[in-house]
Amino acid sequence: MSLLSRVPGEPFAQTNTGTTTDRDGPSVIPSAPRDDSRGQCSSVLRLCLSVMTLLLAAVLLSSPARAQNGKPVYDKWCAGCHGDTGAGDGFGSKTMLPHPRDFTKGVYKIRTTASGEIPTDDDLRHIIEVGMPGTAMPEWKSRLSASEITSVIAYIKSFSANSFKTAAKQIAIGKAPSGSGADEGKAVFQKLECYKCHGMAGRADGKSAPTLKDDYGNPIRAADLTENWKFRGGNTVPEIYTRLRTGLDGTPMPSFQDAIENKLISDEQLWRVAQYVHGLSPEKAPEAREVVRAARATTLPSLDDAAWRTVERFWIPLVGQIIDKPRWFAPTVDGVWVQALHDGRALALRVSWDDPSKSPDPTWDEWLGRMAKTMTDVDGPLATQQGLDRLVIQWAQNPSDESKRPYFLGGDAKSPVYVWRWTSEPKIEEGTETGLGKFTALPNVGVTQTARYADGQWQVLFTRPLASRDTTQVPRFTTGHAIPVAFFAADGSNGEDDIRGAVSTWYMVYLDVPTPTRVFVAPIAMIALSAGLGMLLVTRAQRREHNGGSAADSSHLEER
Amino acid sequence: MRRMMLGAVILAAGVWGCGGSKGNASAGGSTGAVAQAGASGAGAAGPTGNATVSGVIHFTGTAPANPKIDMSQESACQSKYTTPPTDPQFVVADGKLGNVFVYVKSGLPAGATYPAPSTPVEIDQSGCLYHPRVFGVQVDQDIVIKNDDNVLHNIKAVPSINRGFNISQPSAGMTSKRKFSSPEVMVPLECNVHGWMHAWVGVLPHPFFATSGPDGSFSIKNLPAGTYTIEAWHEKLGTQTQTVTVGAGETKTADFTFSGPKA
Repeated sequence: MSLLSRVPGEPFAQTNTGTTTDRDGPSVIPSAPRDDSRGQCSSVLRLCLSVMTLLLAAVLLSSPARAQNGKPVYDKWCAGCHGDTGAGDGFGSKTMLPHPRDFTKGVYKIRTTASGEIPTDDDLRHIIEVGMPGTAMPEWKSRLSASEITSVIAYIKSFSANSFKTAAKQIAIGKAPSGSGADEGKAVFQKLECYKCHGMAGRADGKSAPTLKDDYGNPIRAADLTENWKFRGGNTVPEIYTRLRTGLDGTPMPSFQDAIENKLISDEQLWRVAQYVHGLSPEKAPEAREVVRAARATTLPSLDDAAWRTVERFWIPLVGQIIDKPRWFAPTVDGVWVQALHDGRALALRVSWDDPSKSPDPTWDEWLGRMAKTMTDVDGPLATQQGLDRLVIQWAQNPSDESKRPYFLGGDAKSPVYVWRWTSEPKIEEGTETGLGKFTALPNVGVTQTARYADGQWQVLFTRPLASRDTTQVPRFTTGHAIPVAFFAADGSNGEDDIRGAVSTWYMVYLDVPTPTRVFVAPIAMIALSAGLGMLLVTRAQRREHNGGSAADSSHLEER
Repeated sequence: MRRMMLGAVILAAGVWGCGGSKGNASAGGSTGAVAQAGASGAGAAGPTGNATVSGVIHFTGTAPANPKIDMSQESACQSKYTTPPTDPQFVVADGKLGNVFVYVKSGLPAGATYPAPSTPVEIDQSGCLYHPRVFGVQVDQDIVIKNDDNVLHNIKAVPSINRGFNISQPSAGMTSKRKFSSPEVMVPLECNVHGWMHAWVGVLPHPFFATSGPDGSFSIKNLPAGTYTIEAWHEKLGTQTQTVTVGAGETKTADFTFSGPKA
């Protein structure tokens, strides 16, 4: 369906099914004259028609008409979060941190324009199409047609018509210099004092991190540079470079344009920073795998043992606990890295997770105060005092019963879970839970912990004997079996506790079976047997040849 | 040709604006010795004169103690102080209040325009505080932002009407230039690396503003004769207004009294 057949002001009919009928609408029009000019006859007439078509299109595509067309799309898909009047105050907004964009201010984070400038239409289109990683803003490309997005852009701009009176001025972005230059990037990163907010290792634990707020006074995290899959404007080197040049308006992240203009650094050096920052994260965003493999080792390494570097890491994503009240929509911890080994006698789990604060920490009081104010409308007030950081590792009590896995949020009265409850004193308790935070301690069966906090990250090594005397409450960790496990993490400086925190669903830990001796003996026996048989065959053949084989064949064999 | 016509239109508008104002007969003739010399404006400048509104900002009650600033994370800044630094929210001495922004809120002829002076206004980041903390500029007048500290500052403007900016200044000796295109009292400036750093800039379409000094005094000069609403703004104590009528060549006093916040 061409756009031209549309009645001006008529809302687009299809919005919800991701139909593609409209997708090519706008692009058809500009290409029309070019195609027609290739025609062999009456090209002048065609050109005239095309010009008229273009003029008509221009009228139909003019901003006010576009904005009108965008309203129904916006009302249906965007208003729930961004609000009917574009003020970022839709019904879903209270529980979201960062809050949805307030369009009435005309201030946008992700732009290709200078600090403080309005974004281009393409900037807005890009964010609508791909979404904002690490936030509630999803991608819309699979749901809205290109022309619907164009209309919505016009409508969004109309909320701040004053800001968009003038045309947006895109800055020129060059190309990344060749080579990685990560060392230079690191030096410039330090020269520019990026660590003041982002931390020395990039984990958002800089000295200024606890004081950061957005234009509305809401608490805002410095980006964790080791998790670039959550970068709001994308994680490619050019995208990171563009954020450095333009800043993220509305946030504390400034533009480094003036540092180049003042010749404090060169443009190339800013690219090097972008390359260095890009390299702080894994090459690919980690994917959650259902089974954490605990390989068998001869000895279990200590927390800092270099042996852990070669042990496979498994990423377990965590999300806000939004089922039990009080629900929590702004968790600090977004996932834990898990490594596991066993030596046939005990299991060792090495768990690490990013948390910019070692709670409680008085320098984070300001953060907690701001968080309490911002999240005040969600299920009651936050604690006024910072609690401890927490990690709860939860296991099914009866791992062999695949059909009956306990409720993932701490089990329930009928079907409790067995837990390791770690707090940042540091201390560990072993017990059972019959629901989140409903903890009953058990006499310690032998769980140990060793913890270290450094550069915005907790690293904790847990160990426990595989055996268990009380198998009704405390599961035996049996090799060759997958044992259901789940994680709960809380950041005390963020107002989190036993209920407010981040949770995972059930995963598995699989303990490798010790290799039986026959696995080593059998192949050797087989090799010896086949070698013996082979020898026998060859000897027999040679004997036969000797007794009357062809000379040619014989010489060929000898050459070899 | 087109530019000439435009000029004529603006000129006509300016003349109409002058003529239309009340009680301002002498305004048109008094071009005065105003510091508009550097202005390169194409349009006619609004009226100025030789009247003055001056006064003193009094302070009653007890001024709250200015909060101490923990600068231990920035030794480069901390070393600039011999006594522990505080955030100068209340500049009070002998019952007088400094850092109050006083300006003509209304009363100038409708449509009067005052081209921005070519001389910029400077704001310096020194000892991890802004100097000055409270100041005024005209619309489109350059603000030169300097960093005197060998540490990273970002200076972020968080306006309600104007477009903001957020500039990184990671080194001493850096300068940046910015301006605001619409009147706005006040535009907050802040540093996010050092959450305690705040400044406020009043952006006005005319040159009739002043900031009270440590002795509480202020003076708004070169006013055309007229009746004006004068507003005094303080970062913690809010605003007060009063109306002042001043004749050509006259100096009128407009004192303000702020009281400390109730304990």
